[in-house]
Amino acid sequence: MAPHDISRRNILSAGLVVGSASALGHLPSESKTIAGEMPWAPGVANAPEPITPDGYQFVSPDEAAFIDAAISRLIPADELGAGAREAGVATFIDRQLAGSFGAAETWYMQGPWGEGSKSQGYQTRLTPAQLYRAAIKAIDEHCHATFSGKSFAELAPAQQDQVLTGLEKGEIKLKSAEAVTFFETLLQNTIEGFFSDPIYGGNREMAGWKLIGFPGARYDYRPYVAKHGEKLNLPPVGIKGRAEWTPRG
Amino acid sequence: MARKLPSADVVLVGFGWTGAILGQELTDAGLQVVAIERGSWRDTPTDFAVTFAQDELRYYWRHALFQQPARETLTFRNNATETALPMRRLGSFLPGTGVGGAGIHWNGMTFRFLPSDFIAKSHNTERYGADAVPADMTIQDWGVTYDELEPYYDKFEYLCGIAGKAGNIKGKIQDGGNPFEGARSRDYPTPPMDMVYGPTLFANAAKELGHRPFPGPSANMSRAYTNPLGAQLAPCTYCGFCEKYGCGNYSKASAQTTILPVLLRKDNFELRTESEVTRVNLDASGKRAVSVTYVDAQGQEYEQPGELIILCAYQLHNVRLLLLSGIGTPYDSATGLGVVGRNYAYQITSSVDVFFDDKIINPFIGAGSLGMIVDEFNGDNFDHTGLGFIGGGYIAGWNTNGRPIETHRTPQGVPRWGEKWKRAVAENYLKSFSLATHGAVMSHRANALDLDPTYRDILGRPLMRMTFDFTDNEHRMSDYLTDRAAEIAKAMRPREMKVTKRTGSYSIVPYQTTHNTGGAIMGTDPKSSAINRYLQSWDVPNVFVMGSTAFPQNPGYNPTGTVGALAYWAADAIKTQYMKNPGPLVQA
Repeated sequence: MAPHDISRRNILSAGLVVGSASALGHLPSESKTIAGEMPWAPGVANAPEPITPDGYQFVSPDEAAFIDAAISRLIPADELGAGAREAGVATFIDRQLAGSFGAAETWYMQGPWGEGSKSQGYQTRLTPAQLYRAAIKAIDEHCHATFSGKSFAELAPAQQDQVLTGLEKGEIKLKSAEAVTFFETLLQNTIEGFFSDPIYGGNREMAGWKLIGFPGARYDYRPYVAKHGEKLNLPPVGIKGRAEWTPRG
Repeated sequence: MARKLPSADVVLVGFGWTGAILGQELTDAGLQVVAIERGSWRDTPTDFAVTFAQDELRYYWRHALFQQPARETLTFRNNATETALPMRRLGSFLPGTGVGGAGIHWNGMTFRFLPSDFIAKSHNTERYGADAVPADMTIQDWGVTYDELEPYYDKFEYLCGIAGKAGNIKGKIQDGGNPFEGARSRDYPTPPMDMVYGPTLFANAAKELGHRPFPGPSANMSRAYTNPLGAQLAPCTYCGFCEKYGCGNYSKASAQTTILPVLLRKDNFELRTESEVTRVNLDASGKRAVSVTYVDAQGQEYEQPGELIILCAYQLHNVRLLLLSGIGTPYDSATGLGVVGRNYAYQITSSVDVFFDDKIINPFIGAGSLGMIVDEFNGDNFDHTGLGFIGGGYIAGWNTNGRPIETHRTPQGVPRWGEKWKRAVAENYLKSFSLATHGAVMSHRANALDLDPTYRDILGRPLMRMTFDFTDNEHRMSDYLTDRAAEIAKAMRPREMKVTKRTGSYSIVPYQTTHNTGGAIMGTDPKSSAINRYLQSWDVPNVFVMGSTAFPQNPGYNPTGTVGALAYWAADAIKTQYMKNPGPLVQA
């Protein structure tokens, strides 16, 4: 849980302390005794926190250049529309790495560390933020050595695809990070950034949703249930609504 | 030093579905009940309000409602020759934490098991001979029959307002329902959900092949419903955010929407949140539980005494708490002796994707339990002679969701990224559908739970160690089921299809299903079961253990209907038998 969630939770909790006061007396603030009523307080909710859009918070300029180039190959812009770069996925990834996901806050990160079988899953001791940092450095070193001094971002698209495929298949070995683990994390985060709600920085102008025809964060499709086989052309809606709904100026 | 609190009649450990049911039933009987829940309070308007519930990143991919491995996880290995390693992040299954438990983020698929499922051992050996059950397949009869549980299934279904169509009312087969199901005393409380296009195409194809598809029984409301407690649920809006999400619309049955508004107002009930029970304390004889110890969010320890201690946590946590508390003999797979940790099971799933040129499926018009089911190949609904396996599963055309990070199907041979991937996703998103198989897992001598020798949780307690793999029985069964699903898929006449069979070992990485079972199973013999037919510990009779923990093996249906029925069954035994004469309800 991100820190802002906890603070919201506390505000909420403070409002919902109800019931037997004597029972509450001996329990500290976070643990609650609830009795006598359904807890509720007006005007508070554990709502998501939209990102602030400008700049990068975690990634360095070199890392940003790598991410920008890599996500442009994973989901490229083409005649169908925007790719991951245009959809703001680099910003999405930066904010994810700067937050609780990047710090592996909810993951079990105690040793001892073993390699394990494929069935046993993620066993690297790097958090996602550390993984990106270590892997991008190592990939650029690999590119410098292999492509006469060029970084990944400076390569031609076909060469970038060649490097990404090498990482995906584990054919390129990185010094300080597991190539396949990094590739899978990057690909997953890119797809997340392309298709998640725009409040998290990606899917800018709902480009991902428009590409496929997903109407977004709607909550009532009852009028359309019986419309079997019809193309509905519902414009997408995000948690914060739609750009057209927000008066400008 | 633990602070000792005043004694309660009943202490409930964990406050999800079974905790809420036991709390409601036992306060009705006049008992003073305290529920202790490790997670926080949460409710519809504050934690998954309709204005922000449809958030795929936050709730599924960042696990807002799930157990956090940083606090507690388990270690895993496929077999005893491997060293178990921690499940560092969730994958294969998604246990909940917090009030309502995993019952907040379930889909709502609410089946009953078949009458023959409850007598799996004797039924299969009678029909197919003793060789049908290999020596290492440790399946058992449950010690309770379908007929005994029927009134309690009914009670849970009416609590939830399950939408469905009966297939068998008092022995009379009903058109449009599941003809294989056990006899019901009456129809479902609400009619089936309105069917969307994909499941309709699936059902038509299945009928062409001679199957008898029926609507999946659903805890997503087909219409407004007021349950027997007076709690009101609203009609489902088909938003497609059920499993892994809380319902913002009061349309999915959960402890919050069906029981808590009534239970929390009772003066003989109290709930403590963010309080984690670390052990059940026994007296010097080891045959009586006297209290539980729990730790609050500040790390302060409390001792809560109680006359009756009922474990209502998720299956995995119930087993772990028994092991940590020294209740029952731990199971040793090397010798086959012991009971706690025995017969851990799971389920085996597979899929067949279909891709159309001309049919707009609109996958986003969905609900957790919206779909059509083919039950011809479940349990012992078909002749297994010569097939080399027992058990089965259902084949479903569910339309649960079109959430795009999770659901963006691409045909066979499409790369996983790049221009071709993007084009394939764009072309197929609206025009693809998936058939799912949902198969049983029989218990096996080597599949078990015990305490890990190395890894600890945030409170310093040993993690549980899971040793599990699919056996030949599961692979043969799942292949058979997947072939049958592919036949139906073909009859849907798609442009192309993608058949994904299950091969190789079980992996803890990709999400499969949160249907973990066993580990403290019910039965008739204390040598092969941890709890009796009333879910009462053989060893410590004032401890009862709820949940799918009790399943001796895992049938081919979703477990929640049976978890609910067993909770009511046990509550009834406590009220009508135990309260009058506290002690073992079955003599060992």
